[in-house]
Parts: sequence; structure tokens; C-alpha cells
Amino acid sequence: MIQFDNVHKQYSDGTQAVNGLSFEVEEGTTTVLVGPSGCGKTTTMQLVNRLEEPTEGTVYYDGTDIQELPATELRRQIGYVIQDIGLFDHMTIAENVATVPELKGWDDDRTDERVDELLDLMGLPPEEYRESYPGELSGGQQQRVGVARALAAGPDVMLMDEPFGALDPITRENLQDEFLDIQEEIETTIIFVTHDINEALKMGDKIAMMNDGELVQYDTPAAMLEAPATKFVEDFIGPDRTLKQLRVLQVSEIMRTEVPDEHRDVVDAFDPADTVMADGGELIPVTPTDSAQVALSRCIQAGVRALPVVEDATVIGVVTEEDIRGYHADEIEATSE
Amino acid sequence: MSGIVSFFDSLVQFTADNSDRLLRLFGEHIVLAIETLVIALPIAIVLGIAISYNERAATVVLWIASVLLTIPSIAFFGMLVPILGIGTPPVIVALVAYSQLPVIRNTYLGVTGVDPAAVEAGTGLGMTRFERLWRVRLPVALPVVMAGVRNAVVLLVGLAAIGAFIGGPGLGFFIFYGINQGNTAMIVVATVAVSVLALAFDYLFAVTERGLRLRNGEDLEPTYTTRLFDAIRTQFQ
Repeated sequence: MIQFDNVHKQYSDGTQAVNGLSFEVEEGTTTVLVGPSGCGKTTTMQLVNRLEEPTEGTVYYDGTDIQELPATELRRQIGYVIQDIGLFDHMTIAENVATVPELKGWDDDRTDERVDELLDLMGLPPEEYRESYPGELSGGQQQRVGVARALAAGPDVMLMDEPFGALDPITRENLQDEFLDIQEEIETTIIFVTHDINEALKMGDKIAMMNDGELVQYDTPAAMLEAPATKFVEDFIGPDRTLKQLRVLQVSEIMRTEVPDEHRDVVDAFDPADTVMADGGELIPVTPTDSAQVALSRCIQAGVRALPVVEDATVIGVVTEEDIRGYHADEIEATSE
Repeated sequence: MSGIVSFFDSLVQFTADNSDRLLRLFGEHIVLAIETLVIALPIAIVLGIAISYNERAATVVLWIASVLLTIPSIAFFGMLVPILGIGTPPVIVALVAYSQLPVIRNTYLGVTGVDPAAVEAGTGLGMTRFERLWRVRLPVALPVVMAGVRNAVVLLVGLAAIGAFIGGPGLGFFIFYGINQGNTAMIVVATVAVSVLALAFDYLFAVTERGLRLRNGEDLEPTYTTRLFDAIRTQFQ
């Protein structure tokens, strides 16, 4: 979808922001550009909608050199969300969301319908928020509007520059989760910039780790955690790499559908109406999409060695502490072979 | 005490005796102010926008506009007479010059004071430079521009009176004539009329400025006048 071919970007003051970048962002995936401040990740993102122009090399959009596409037309095909949100304070929420449809000259009915649809999607009931002004909204709500505005004209690509970076941790977490759900619905190609490795691991199908304007590693989160390409990647991930691996590992990948006899008790203890175990410890079941890290945490919390995996209030299997540990042991073996 | 009373008597007497001439001059003064604004505002606003794209030009233009404002008005009117003759034209030219600084400065501050994030978002979403100006910068700047217009209009209503020195229209005629004739009542009545007119214009633009701020979603305590303004506006919608 978006292809970087030996792209260099040098600013007029001599700073080399991007240095020989070559990689491809696949259609329909979320690719996270991650790295420390000044590593060139934002510049890389802005090369896609021509807010920056490469000094050497080519960026392709759907196979076409983006230098051949008129900048404003290109940008209207690409959603843009920034950390500072940048809502138009003098316009109502509805007018803000309608920005790109209006630039594209949609008729009013179509625009109105689309605005309502997006406000609903972002959890802002249109009847309540349409006529509000940005100043009346909280930071989290404002960024929801920011995302709705970027999605308004159904862009093929979304660029998100630390979109949740300025929000408080709880709001950030909520918006990340919601955005993951939305992303499944919209099937847009997303380039997401962050300096937070946890956010990168959570949001990304693919992670492009950058340092000093160069691509250090381009991999899936699991592969990057399993085999950091360099010392830099390893350091950037941090000392709790194994725990982070558990975070990107879904329960569904390690659960057993056949319940072993020794763990029968936790399954029997599960009652959709009551989550308290017989011995008094609190047992919270996991869902197949929860991470192995959550499962392990709840095992430790409840003092058990296994947890029921529950979907739609029925037990569909168990996940055991042993399997979580075992998954990692397998990997150690696989790497040493 | 009786001196003050008789002085007020003389003012009332003068106003009553000369009401038709006063009204005519008052009307001339309003027309002059409006003519000046019609010419001055487009020039100042366009200049204010233009210099927002070039910092060096901004410094130069704002400096020239400030220098213009320091020229004593009588001297300025006098200098224009050899070129434009006497009467309305030189007065309008001088007043246009005087009203530039507040409007250029406020337009410039207004359009450059827009949240950079909003401008970046506008660019990123595919607005052209003109669309950014028209949809983002100008609407945000408009209340600030209007504050500049208020400054300018108060300034020019006052200065317009001096224009009578070179045969310009308006209430200044009574002021200069009163000085010549030693007619204090004439001077005072004309001066009060000029002040009232300046305040009236100021109020009119203040209300407009508030209306624009409210339209931009700014959180203002509504006054009775703006409530009335809104009520009238909704009647016409």
C-alpha cells in the first residue's frame, strides 16, 4: 500500500531525519513507527501525506510515486490525527467532522448522515454533541472527534501521530481499546507513530522500530519480542521482555479445550453469576482475546494454577500457568536449535 | 451656581435653535466615517493577511502604519491640500491612513494567533492555503479584527472633526466656527455630539465582536444586548 524505497530526508539546517529507509506498509494493517525522540518517525509518517518531501528516494502510494499525486488530493484520501488534536475551535463538532467531506464537495445529506454515523462509532451521541463546540469537551472526547474527523471521508490510509499521547493513562487505555475495535471494522491501512513501546505492542500488526533515521527492525510484535535484531531494540523493549511477550500472546493461542482432570475444579467453580471461588480467593475467568499476561496475573491473584476460558458465559476451555510457562520454554528451545 | 445653569441654558438654547444644522452635520459625520471604513477596511484587512505570510514585510508594514499615526492630524490634512484640494477627498485619505494601524495589527495578530495544531490539522486533511485562510484563520481572527475596527472607528470619528479645518464635512465645522466666533456653546454641543457618535460606533462594533465570539463557540457571559441580538437573529432565520 505504502512503500518506502531508499528514502532520505535532510532538513535545510542539515539534520538528517531519515536515512535510507526501505520498507512496505501492507494494506489493511496497522504499522507502528516506534523509537526515541528525534529518530525520524514523525518525519517518516509525514512523507506519506507530503507534509514533508524526501530529498532522495521514492515513496509509493498504491504503486504510484506520491510526487506525481497532487498534495491536497492525496491528503484528502489520507486521514490525519495528531497529538495536539487541532480541532477547529470556532466550529461545532459536526462541522469539524464534516471538514473533509465538505472539501470534497459531498452533498449535505450524505455529509450529515456520515457525521452522525461517526459520532455514534466514537461513542459521542450525535443528538448530544453535534452542536457542541470543542471547548466544551474533555481531552479524550476531543480526540474522539479528531479521529472521527480523520475517518470522515472513508480514507484508504490513516496517519496517527501519537494520537493518545497527551491523554491521561485511563483515557488513553480506553481509546486504544476502542480504536482497536474500530480498526477491525474499518479495515483501513494505519500508520501509527508512538514513542511508547507498550502502545506499539498493543496497537501494531507490524512494528517498525527506528533509531537515528534508520529502520532497525521491522517485524510483528511477537517476532520482535522473541528475537530483537540489535542491542538497541532489546534495550528499547526493556528488561521485562518476557512479560511483554505474554502481553501480545492471546489466551486463545495457548488454551486447552480438553480440560485436564487436575484443573477440573476451576471449571466447576465457574458460575456465570458468581466469580468467587470456594476457598475465598477471587477467580476472574479470562476470554480468548485476553492476553496471557492477564491470565497469569489472575492466576497469581486468585492463587490458582489454571483459569477457565469463558466466551458468552460458557466455559470453552482452560488456560494453565504451566502452559504459559511452557510456551516460553518452547521458544527458548526453538531459538537455541 | 446660576452661572452653570445659564451655561446649560445656552447649550440647550443653541441645540434647539440649530437642530436642523446639527442633524445635517451629524449625518455628514456618520457618512464620512462610513465612507472611510468602506475604503480603509478592505485595504487594512488584505494587508494584515498578506503580511501574515512574511515576517519581514509584517515588521515594515506595521512600522509604516505606526509612523502614519504619529503625524499630527492638522499637518497631515494640510499636506494633502496641495495634492487633493480642500473638502472631503483629503479628509478621507488622511482618515483612511490613520485607521490602518489598528486594523492591520489586529488582523495580523488574529490570523497568526490561530492554534498551530488547527492549522497543521487543516493542512494534513487536505486544505489548500486559501481554504485554511477562509475556513480556519479568518473565522478565528474575525473577533480580533473587529476589536481593531472598534479602535479605528473611535479614532477616526474624533479626527474627522479636525477635517473641517480644510473644509471637510461633519461636526468639526461647528467646532472651528465656534472657536472663531468665541461661541462656547457651539463648541461644546458639537464636541459632545462627536463623542456620542464615537461611543455609538464603538458600541455597535463591540456588539458585533461579541456576536462573532459567541458564533465561534467562545464561552462568554451573555449581556442583555447580545441576547437581544441573538433573539433578533433567530427571528430572521
